[in-house]
Amino acid sequence: MPEGKLCNKQPVTTKEQLDALLADTRGRVYYEEMKSLEVDKEKLRNSLKASLKSRTKTWLEMCAHCGLCADSCFLYTVNGRDPKQVPAYKIQSTLGEIVKRNGDVDNEFMLMAMETAWSKCTCCNRCGMYCPYGIDMGIMFGYLRGLLFSQGFVPWELKIGSGMHRIFHAQMDVTTEDWVETCEWMAEENGEEWPGLEIPVDKEDADIMYTCNAREPKHYPEDLAEAAILFHLAGENWTVPAEGWEQTSLTMFAGDWEGCKQQVLNVYSAIERLRPKRVIGTECGHAHRGTVVEGPYWAGRPDGQPPAPYIHYVEWIAEALRTGKIKVDPAKRIKEPVTLQDSCNYVRNHGLAMVTREIMSYMVEPGYFIEMTPNKEHNYCCGGGGGFNGVGMYRAQRNVALRKKRDQILATGCKLVIAPCHNCWDAIRDLEEEYKIGIRWSFLKPLLIKMAIVPDHLKPKEDEE
Amino acid sequence: MYEFITGPLLWVVFAAFLGGLAYRVVWYVKGLHWQLDRVAYSAFPADGAKGAVRSIFFWLVPFGTRSWRIKPGFTAIFFGFHIGAVLVPLFLTGHAVLLHERFGINWPSIPQGLADWLTAAAIVSLVLIGLRRISLPEVRIVTSWYDWLLIVLAGLPFVTGFVAVMHWGDYQFWIIAHILTGELLLVSIPFTKLYHVVGFFLTRAQLGMDFGIKRGGRKGRNMPW
Ligand code: SF4
Ligand code: SF4
Ligand code: SF4
Repeated sequence: MPEGKLCNKQPVTTKEQLDALLADTRGRVYYEEMKSLEVDKEKLRNSLKASLKSRTKTWLEMCAHCGLCADSCFLYTVNGRDPKQVPAYKIQSTLGEIVKRNGDVDNEFMLMAMETAWSKCTCCNRCGMYCPYGIDMGIMFGYLRGLLFSQGFVPWELKIGSGMHRIFHAQMDVTTEDWVETCEWMAEENGEEWPGLEIPVDKEDADIMYTCNAREPKHYPEDLAEAAILFHLAGENWTVPAEGWEQTSLTMFAGDWEGCKQQVLNVYSAIERLRPKRVIGTECGHAHRGTVVEGPYWAGRPDGQPPAPYIHYVEWIAEALRTGKIKVDPAKRIKEPVTLQDSCNYVRNHGLAMVTREIMSYMVEPGYFIEMTPNKEHNYCCGGGGGFNGVGMYRAQRNVALRKKRDQILATGCKLVIAPCHNCWDAIRDLEEEYKIGIRWSFLKPLLIKMAIVPDHLKPKEDEE
Repeated sequence: MYEFITGPLLWVVFAAFLGGLAYRVVWYVKGLHWQLDRVAYSAFPADGAKGAVRSIFFWLVPFGTRSWRIKPGFTAIFFGFHIGAVLVPLFLTGHAVLLHERFGINWPSIPQGLADWLTAAAIVSLVLIGLRRISLPEVRIVTSWYDWLLIVLAGLPFVTGFVAVMHWGDYQFWIIAHILTGELLLVSIPFTKLYHVVGFFLTRAQLGMDFGIKRGGRKGRNMPW
């Protein structure tokens, strides 16, 4: 069974394999090898037998072919209503065929399925809300990705991402040492402005354990500092684990279910080790989805719950503002038209729509918060979800996908977009770069720090004199 | 002939229809898998039930969901067909009489005039559903011969029954044609994707439970279908 050296059915588990992949610029060799990667039909059949149960089977079989889902998919509308972008068509022509042919598909088919699964669906789950039968293509594409991953048909970046998780327990090569050092560095760096600022590592029995996205320590350490500052302001008893701090899951985007499980168990074991009262994750949509919403199932927890209450950062901010742990200076509220990106991963998929609105009511001068249309659960994906942002080969398609969000933002007339999700934040940054509509975008943390009232005892000494 | 097809054959047809659907339900429910579906079905029965009921209810109400509201034309023909397709076969006076004669069951019925209008609406709607299939590219691309077969299967009993009741032709011929196509439809339901007559409730309940248990319901947010 011909398999490539870089492109094959085995997940990346060693540093050598990972480095070899990374050295292959833009995956040139990898994709070349993929063209002759054979399908292990036996394995595919067995996967179907083991994991295709009545829910998904019924979704595929019973679809009325009514096309009502077409308009619900932003990729359909944004691509000139191309019939090939109709959600039902996309899934029937890929997963539907694999099932119909019971795994008897060839390389060419798998290449087409890969392109469909990663460049024609962001797993935003919007179509599921619009289908009379509740057929959720986002879930099925997630499943299809799993089948494709197990056969080696996965975009290069996501093969790497999965490997990163398997090796570093993080989506980027951040080691435990790097992480702990970054925590110390950030606490020190900001200590002057915030006397007493700490990033306590591995403190047991704290009220809060904080988890984040590896790109924070790797590329945006100020994000970590901001989280620390806000916990400090709110007087929280918190900690970060030395191991198990990474909340994201590129393995989920890649369809690497085994990797998903390993990743989430790594976080859960930190919870069990440190016994925090609850866990708070950073402003990231898919990290929350991966670790809080789906994670418990990968980990095999029958109640579908993580080992301790685990909330999204927006829930903590709303609580801090509501209870007055953090107070906003009314004079510093946002006094310009501002809009809000609803992240599919915790709004449509975890019911947090009203939480972010509550935050807006504290942070934005009344009258200045403008909703996108549609919004909340009905909002459109930013355009870069499900790994779309990160796959170079599909950059052109991703840029087209951004137009939906661009037009939604333009229609609000706002120049400031709040995006409490790393992926959405990236997509909105990229859409500004691509389409130059003159907007700014931000997480909640920096905005809140700017407007929070700092109690005297937390101010630097000089100020007191 | 009439005696046979409204007697023993009808028994067999009902048995296949009900038995087949029962099998579908059992197969579906047994195939639900908390870990593979990633829904803790049995851990939170109350949240699950609430989500399921809401998910079914809003979709049964014409214009009850955003999806129905933004597609008013489709919604009109969808309900135009389904209201007639459910009410007329179940509560037609002629059917009630037959049930009483054959099985001794007292069955309620709706006025004949209403039944006629509902049938006419169902037939017109079905034609429009067919035209929609041809004319909209986003529907055409997912349409196969199977979908056409089902439209014909579903339409025949209504057309033949309507012609018979209206006495537009040889009554005997049309009523026999109606009974046979009706029986054919009943038998086909469990064995084709027309099993949606139960499947709709199952898949809607499943997704409702998903949202009620996992995707937001337990955060106090009801899915705004
Ligand atoms: S709306 Fe649902 S039933 Fe209709 S075509 Fe789309 S997936 Fe199939
Ligand atoms: S999940 Fe989102 S992107 Fe994928 S088909 Fe459905 S609406 Fe389109
Ligand atoms: S990136 Fe944001 S908007 Fe896009 S799919 Fe993910 S959560 Fe949704």
